[in-house]
Formats: sequence, structure tokens, C-alpha cells
Amino acid sequence: MAMMTYLEAIHQGIEEEMARDENVVIFGEDVGGVKGGVFGVTKGLAEKFGDDRCFNTPLTEGLIGGLAVGLGTVGYRAIGEFQFADYLLPAVNQLISEASRMRYRTQGDWTAPITFRAPYGGGVRGGLYHSQSTEKVLFGQPGLRIVTPSSPRDAKGLIKAAIRCDDPVVFYEHKRLYRLLKEDVPEDDYIVPIDKANVVREGDDITVIGYGMVLNHALKAAETLSKEGYEAEVVDVRSIYPLDKETLVKAAKKTGKVLLVTEDNLEGSVMSEISAIIAEEALFDLDSPIRRLAGPDSPSMPYALPLEREFLVSEEKVLKAMRELAEF
Amino acid sequence: MMKKLKESGLSKEEIIQAYRHVLMGRRLDERLWQLTRIGKTSFNISGQGHEVGQVAMAMAFEHEKDYFLPYYRDMTPCLVWGMTPKDIMLGSLGKEDDPSSHGRQMPNHYGSKEHNIISHSSTVSTQYTVATGVAYGAQLAKKDYVTLTTTGEGSANQGEVQEAMNFAGVKKLPLIFVIENNGYAISVGRDEQYASEKLSDRGPAFGMTGIQVNGNDFVESYLAFKKVVEDARKGFGPALIEMMVTRLTSHSADDDHSVYRSKEDIENLKKNDGLLLFEKQLIDEGYLTREQMKEIDAELKKEINQATDEAEAMPDPKAEDILKAVYADK
Amino acid sequence: MSTKIIEMPHLGESVTEASIAVWLVSEGDKIEKYDPIAEAVSDKVTTEIPSNYSGIVKEFLIELDTDVEIGTPIVKIETEDAGADEVESEQPVGAEAPSDPEKKEEMTEHINEEIDKEADKRPMERETTETKQESAASRSVPSTDKNTRYSPAVVRIAQERGIDLNQVEGSGKHGRITRKDVQNFDVDSQGKQNTARQTVSNGDLPKASLAVQKGLKKKAEQASAEPVSYTSSGDEVVQADGIRKAIAKKMVQSATEIPHAWLMVEADVSNIVKLRNKTKEQFKKQEGVTLSYFPFFVKAVVQALKKHPIMNASWDNGNIVYHKDINISVAVATDEHLFVPVIHNTDNYSISGLSKEISRLATLARDGKLSSQDIQGGTMTVNNTGSFGSVQSMGIINHPQAAILQVESITKRFVPTEDGGFKAADIINLCLSIDHRIIDGLQAGRFLKDVKENLQRFTDESDLY
Repeated sequence: MAMMTYLEAIHQGIEEEMARDENVVIFGEDVGGVKGGVFGVTKGLAEKFGDDRCFNTPLTEGLIGGLAVGLGTVGYRAIGEFQFADYLLPAVNQLISEASRMRYRTQGDWTAPITFRAPYGGGVRGGLYHSQSTEKVLFGQPGLRIVTPSSPRDAKGLIKAAIRCDDPVVFYEHKRLYRLLKEDVPEDDYIVPIDKANVVREGDDITVIGYGMVLNHALKAAETLSKEGYEAEVVDVRSIYPLDKETLVKAAKKTGKVLLVTEDNLEGSVMSEISAIIAEEALFDLDSPIRRLAGPDSPSMPYALPLEREFLVSEEKVLKAMRELAEF
Repeated sequence: MMKKLKESGLSKEEIIQAYRHVLMGRRLDERLWQLTRIGKTSFNISGQGHEVGQVAMAMAFEHEKDYFLPYYRDMTPCLVWGMTPKDIMLGSLGKEDDPSSHGRQMPNHYGSKEHNIISHSSTVSTQYTVATGVAYGAQLAKKDYVTLTTTGEGSANQGEVQEAMNFAGVKKLPLIFVIENNGYAISVGRDEQYASEKLSDRGPAFGMTGIQVNGNDFVESYLAFKKVVEDARKGFGPALIEMMVTRLTSHSADDDHSVYRSKEDIENLKKNDGLLLFEKQLIDEGYLTREQMKEIDAELKKEINQATDEAEAMPDPKAEDILKAVYADK
Repeated sequence: MSTKIIEMPHLGESVTEASIAVWLVSEGDKIEKYDPIAEAVSDKVTTEIPSNYSGIVKEFLIELDTDVEIGTPIVKIETEDAGADEVESEQPVGAEAPSDPEKKEEMTEHINEEIDKEADKRPMERETTETKQESAASRSVPSTDKNTRYSPAVVRIAQERGIDLNQVEGSGKHGRITRKDVQNFDVDSQGKQNTARQTVSNGDLPKASLAVQKGLKKKAEQASAEPVSYTSSGDEVVQADGIRKAIAKKMVQSATEIPHAWLMVEADVSNIVKLRNKTKEQFKKQEGVTLSYFPFFVKAVVQALKKHPIMNASWDNGNIVYHKDINISVAVATDEHLFVPVIHNTDNYSISGLSKEISRLATLARDGKLSSQDIQGGTMTVNNTGSFGSVQSMGIINHPQAAILQVESITKRFVPTEDGGFKAADIINLCLSIDHRIIDGLQAGRFLKDVKENLQRFTDESDLY
């Protein structure tokens, strides 16, 4: 065990996989050389594994997508980094039309075992194009997996699982968690299941489902609420697509009161689908309307501080929504 | 003036084999149109008028190790690469044993794991960036395979085409980019598609050789490809070849080119039919007689009939397999 | 004169802490606005921090080379303006706001208002918005007509447990009846008007109601509270209790909705009798529960269900639902009532496991402590009618299941042997009722044949574990 930040955990996971399998390569804008990424996730990898296996690409996200797909078809495990999740949009055609369909459209003759890394999330004064949660753009594309860790321990195990996965995986990393979270992370080789949600706290009064920054808010709020006599079950979605319906529905049924939290816009987010699943599968266990707590439906997160704060789902907002549901 | 066939450096047998490929490409495509018209398949998009250049292109590669990322008019080069008429039929009929997509994609989206032909989608030119990954794989593994990818002159205006050529130039990838220029993007002519005189001029812009060839001239095309493939294999980097060809048919089975092409134009197309020009050259230069060509045609017809019958008898994909191979574990 | 504070500035995306590497001024120095005062270092950047004020450097508030959170006060400046001391934080020039967006409470006010607005729009609350201003005390008033809108979970549990919701006190907002309220409701208290009502305050209810939850009370105790009347002819009329009403409702539904068909076979269970006689004493000693015949029949049925999934099905509005799990309902009679608890995933149990599970469920039933979980999800019922001496019966199917098997009494009979003689054998009748919408006679016959063969396959050496 070693105390590690979320960022260090991702770095270590990638480093271990590159050492373990020489077919693992990583690339993107500023990823190679001595810089090692704008956040430093890949720092040192070029020196350790060579400039062939850890390298810079030109500023061309479509190319990053296609390059990864091509490497996948000839047996490599490519890790393509999109500098910000906002910047994967030019590559959406590659992600959806090629990566997610390669296995299906050839029935496994050709495959694209790729990890696309995408730093996402707001609260970093990133404005419209450095704050977004773009996972909903890729959500609901069978063939593609979307995962995101919400703790350093999961970050390492999940990036390793993503790299080993034979499917294309989009790995969302929350920028604010990079240095905010620190915990003991095993230094040995372990993976976190790629397709499972995780009950991170047990309780029988309300169920809170989320991922990323807001999940950490929910965990803190749950402790406050506990002192008020209510116990919250908190579930980390982890596998954003395909969703781990079994775990989510079970947790929803357990308390019958469900709060879905996301820092994305309210409408059309991943939570909208989770809400539909719970409504379908758990109606007769529901004791309140399913609640969603999310950002407003403005196009992304504006830069100016009052606007950014207005958009963000804060710990206070999560606590308030949890308390209201507990008292309902 | 077309280059003489003997300048190609190919043997007589190889030249006749090239002709068989060109003619097979034509006849098989004609069969696919027939099947579409009688409702046995639902779609066809053809490479009629491209075949001579396509065969010259494909013959410059080593099919055992080189990779090919084709586009939808490339049935004929796929045959040169090793796919069979039955393979093509299985795809057009949407059969489970279709090596391209097992009946999942529309006809003409060629692919074959067995022959290093990588599956492509319908959102044009995505194969250009995918090809960079395949070619980079050769550098990583220190292997000497060369990768070929093609697209049309309409699709060549996609952003990913420039992204791919730029990266290939930066990394000096063993990768040959081809633009098969038949002058029409469905109904849109060249003057509405691009302003430069030649698309091959884009090659030097990205730090690579750019050559325009007459796709109806077998030898000119073959020699150009032979040179760039050799260079790429030696590690001298990528090249762009713009191959000028003729589109003899409508864009696809769902299109009628008489709407946007004049009657005169359509009649003139025959003058630029690479097959007819190639046949004339073969006779003039003493490779084949008209009678021998008829014999070859009869043999190919037999082969195509057999392929059609065999493919039709193969099983369709099963409805319950709709969710098969969505993910690795299913 | 007033004192100003300069904080560690926001140094970029994802940076949460930084340290001071060098002070570029000394305490007591006179500085101008925008003069650099220190060099800050984070794991991403090194940058100069300029002053936002003109004045005297009063005091450094942090040590060199020590990481502090963004927003931590780092230096005190005394300015020459005449204003009062300001100790609230201000940002240095050029620096951005603290990265922690939750710091300034007033900012969240608008959002909270918006959430309130939003929450008020939600349908479930519209009902009660007019009482929104009620004090906490008034909320604990027992439910009134206004709170008769129930959640799906409350309605379902109330139906399953036969609860009259008018008798349940709500602990939720504005007296709403919550799922926990009905789960924890003492069914037996129904019909006793207010005598069993829980009169605890709102906040304490969840735990308090757990504490008052009781098992079924003794008949004698119960009778005194039941409303009893007499007809003119002297017949006694007793109002049926909730459980009896629920049983009645279910039986009527089963008997009227399901077209029943019946079959009976007899099976030779001599080997099972031998096996049990041989092992029962040791079993009781070892396992603590009595080894009865019943688990053998449940096991035989489960084995047959694996081969005949149609028997493990339900009719649902024109669809046949084949159940993935095999959950056998077993009938348990108490003095007053019939309960049908469920052995979940019955196929996971051995004979020994079944003995214990059946014993556990029977005990819970007798004590009135079955949870809703214990009675949900049954996919076929096996009924031990033999336990009260029956040799033949026509079971009513437990809706929405497709079949019920009545296991009758074992009787000694003479049966012919292969060599033309007779022997004494232990024979049992198995009576099967089927939902004829789903199952035909042929399928039922094959199923019963398999059950019979499964039973006859036991030997006196068979393993109980």
C-alpha cells in the first residue's frame, strides 16, 4: 500500500500495464517526451518505454481515434489520450462508427481493444470547453464501454482493466479528483471489474447513485445525514455504459427512495437512463418519485465564477436533496 | 499514348492474369447489378471503369503480408488480394459466412481477416486514419509490411484524410494513400469538390510524394505503385497516388446518373472504358486474341454462376444472433 | 489603517495545494500594489504572487516549503486607507478565485431557491404544498384524508400483508405513509381501532415502530379485541382479520381466474421410509431439526422442474413467464392461518439444507415473524397435506403460479412383486393441480412421472447432504 493521488494511481496503472505487455502503447497531444501530458499523467513513460510506445500526436483528435482503431486491428492495445473530454468530439465518428462497431460488423474477425482516456468534469474554472461531462455523447453505443473511477484505488484497478479489456473503453478521469483525492492504493497487480457498479456505503433510508466528484460529495453528505438519523446507501456507477442494472436496481429497491446525482446537465444525461431503468424494474418498491440532481440545462459550464458555481452540484446541494428525500 | 505492356516488366502470364482480374471485376459486378434488379440483393455500388487501375495498384503489393483498407468501389482489388467471387456473393446476399461482415453490413463493404483486408464503415474516409494505426504497427514491430488505403475524390475532402496524411508524413509511415478520382461525388462534379488542379498536389503538402496516374493505363499505374511501395517498404515513408478513372455506372443502385449527366456524356463514357482500352492494347501488342478473350469470358461466367449458386445456398444469419459479438464476452 | 489578507491563489486546473518557495519581500517592507511578494510552487507551476494592496508587510502566515490548500491566508498587509480592519479574504491581482466553489455560501442560495421551486413542481408534493408552512409539531398529527396518496411500494406491501392503510400512521413528510411504516406495521393490531396505534413523534418513528413490532398474538388475547356480533338465530359473526381477508382474496382470485385441472399418481417411497428411519435420530442430534419426509418430496419436485420448466411458470396477460429461479412455496399451517413462505433458489439445497430451511420458515410463520421477503417470489407450491392425514385432495393453485403439488399421507399397502408374489410397500399419493392455460395434461403427466421416478431413485444409502 502507498498513499497515492487519483492521478498517481492512473499513472501507476498505465505504467504497470506497459511493463506487463509490450503491445500497450500510449499517445495523444503532449503525452510523449518530457512533458508527459498537460496534467502529467504520462510523465516519465516515454523515458521508460521509449518514444515509439509513448508519443505525441499532432493536434488531430480524429487521427487519435483512427490510429487507435488501426493499432487495435493489428494486435496492439492502444491508449489514446484526448487532452480534455471536451476535445474528443472531433473523434466521435471514429469512436462510434469504427471502434464500437468493429467487432460487431465483423463478428469478431477484427477487434478494437482500445482505451481512450478523457479527463472530464468541472469546478476547475475551465469554462465551456474544459469542464464538460461528454459521456452522454457516447452513452448508449453498444460495443463501446464507458467507465469512470471515483477513488484512487478504483482508478488504478479500472485503468488496468480497461487496458486489458478486449472492447473499446472510454475511460473518463475527473480532473478535480486528480489531486484532491489521496488514499492507500495497493502497489501490486489488481483490477477492478470493468462492468460493475459498486455500493460504497450501505444504508436503508435513501439510495444515492452517482459517479465522480458528486459521488464524493454524496459520501460526505451521507455522514452528516447519519448524525441526523438517516442512513444513505451510496452507489458508484463506475460502469457508465453498459450500466450494471442488477446492482443499481437492487440498491434502488433496498430503500425505495432514489436520488440520482450528476454534474452533467439535468436532461438527457446518463441519469435519465438510470431513472428509466429503475422506473421499469423497481416501481413497486419505490416509495418516492425518483429524484435527479444535476446541473442546469445551459450549454456546458460557463467560466465566470458565479456562473460556474450556479452550474456545479455542490456538497451542500447534494446534502439538501438527500435530506429532503430522507424526510419524504 | 499508353505505355507498352512489356515496359511493366511483368511476364506474359502475369499480364494475362491481370486481364482475368479486370474482366472478373467487370463481370462479377454486372452479376451483382442483375441480382439487385431482380431483388435478390438490395444494393450495389460498383467500380466499373476503375478496374484496370485497381488491378495495377493491387498487383504492386505482397498480398501475404501487406494490409489493405479499401473503400466500397474496391471489389476488384480485393479479388486480386485473394477474396473469391463466392466471398463477394456471400456479402451481397447478406449470408452468415460473408467474410466481410457476416451479413451485418450493406453489400460492398469489403473485408477479410484471412487476406489482411480490414473492415470499413460507410462514413467515408475513416479508413484513412485507421490505416495510420495499421502502418504504425509495422514500425513498432519492425516489420516490413506496407499498408494500402483508398478513397474517392469526393471523400478525399474529409478532414480525417488530411489528418491521416499529416500524421503519416510526420512519422514516415509505410503507407500508400490512394484517391480513385472518377470525377463524381454521387452527383457533384469536380469543380464543386475542390479547387486545386490535382489532388496529388496534396502529397508534397504533407511531406510525401504525390503522383497522378491515368488509371486506364495499366503500365503507368503499375509502375507508379511499384515504385512507391518499394520506397515505403524500405522506410522512405508514405505516398499519395491520385488515380484518374471513369465511373461508368450511376453512383449506386439507388442513384440514376441520367438525372445529372447528359446523354452525350453517358454515351462518351464507353470511349473511356478502361476494360475496352486494355483489351485493344492486349490484342494490338499480341498478348491475346479476341477468341482467347471470349474463352476467358466463358470461363469466368461459369465461375460466377457457380459462385452465385453456392452462395445462395448458404445459410442466412439467425435472428437470435442479433446480439452476438457486441462485446468480447458475448 | 486596516489589515488585509492575501491568500494562496488558484494556480490552475486541478491544483489543490501549493507552497511558498521564496518570500520576495520581508516583514516590515513597504510595498506597492502589484509588487511580487512571493514565489509559489505547485506540482504543476511555479509562479510569482503579486500584492493586491499598497502598504506594509505585517506578517507571513505560513512557513516556507509547506504545502497549503488553495485559499489559505499567506500574508497580512497593513494598508494606509482609513477603513476598518478587513479580515475577510480578498484575491491578489491576477489570481483567480479559490478552487473550492463551495466556500461562499451566499452563492448557493439562488440554486437552493431554484431547487425548492423545482421540488414544489413535482407531482407527489403538489398534494401537500398548501400545508408546507406547517410546523414540525403539526406534521406528526396522525394521517388524515389529505395523505391518502400512496407510493407504489406502500400499496404493494399493504396488499401483500392485508393492511388497511387507514390504520397506519405516517412518519413521512406531512404524515405521508412511508414504505418503512407499512413494513413495520403490526398487522395484528388492525381492527383494534386506536388501541394499537403508535403515538410517537415524527422523528423517532422509524426506530420506535421497529421496537413495537410484534409477532402474532395468542388467539385468546386477540379475541377480546375482535368485534363480535350475533345474528337473530344466534350464529356468531366475527369480523375476519386482515390475514384471513388476504387469504380469502387470494383464494378467490386463484379459484376464479385459473382454470384448474387435476392429476394424481401413486409412488412407492419404501426406500425413503427406510432411509429416514435409519438416519432420523442421528440427524436430529447432529442438525438440531427433525428429519421429516417433506424435504424428499421438495427435492424430487425441484429435480423434475429442471427438466420441465413449463411447470415453473406464470400466466401473465397472454404471456407465459418462465421463471429463471426455482423458488418453492411451502404451505405452513398455524392454528389460525395458512402461510405459504418461499424457499428461495430451492435447487441450491440438499435434503439437510431443506430440512433446516423449512423448519426455519415454519418457526417464523408460527411466530408471525415472516418478512415480506420470505413470502415473495414463489414459483411453484408443494403442500404437505399428508401431515394432517389426507390421502387425496385437490389443491388450489397459489396465484400466479402454474402448479401446486399435494403430498399426501404415506400408507402401507401390499403390492405385487416381479416374481408374482406380494410385498408390503410404503405408498404415497401425489395430487397435482395445474393451470390449464399454461400446462396440458401430457406435460403434467410427464412431470409427475419424473417426480415419481426421482422419489423411487432414493435408496436407504442416499446422502442427505
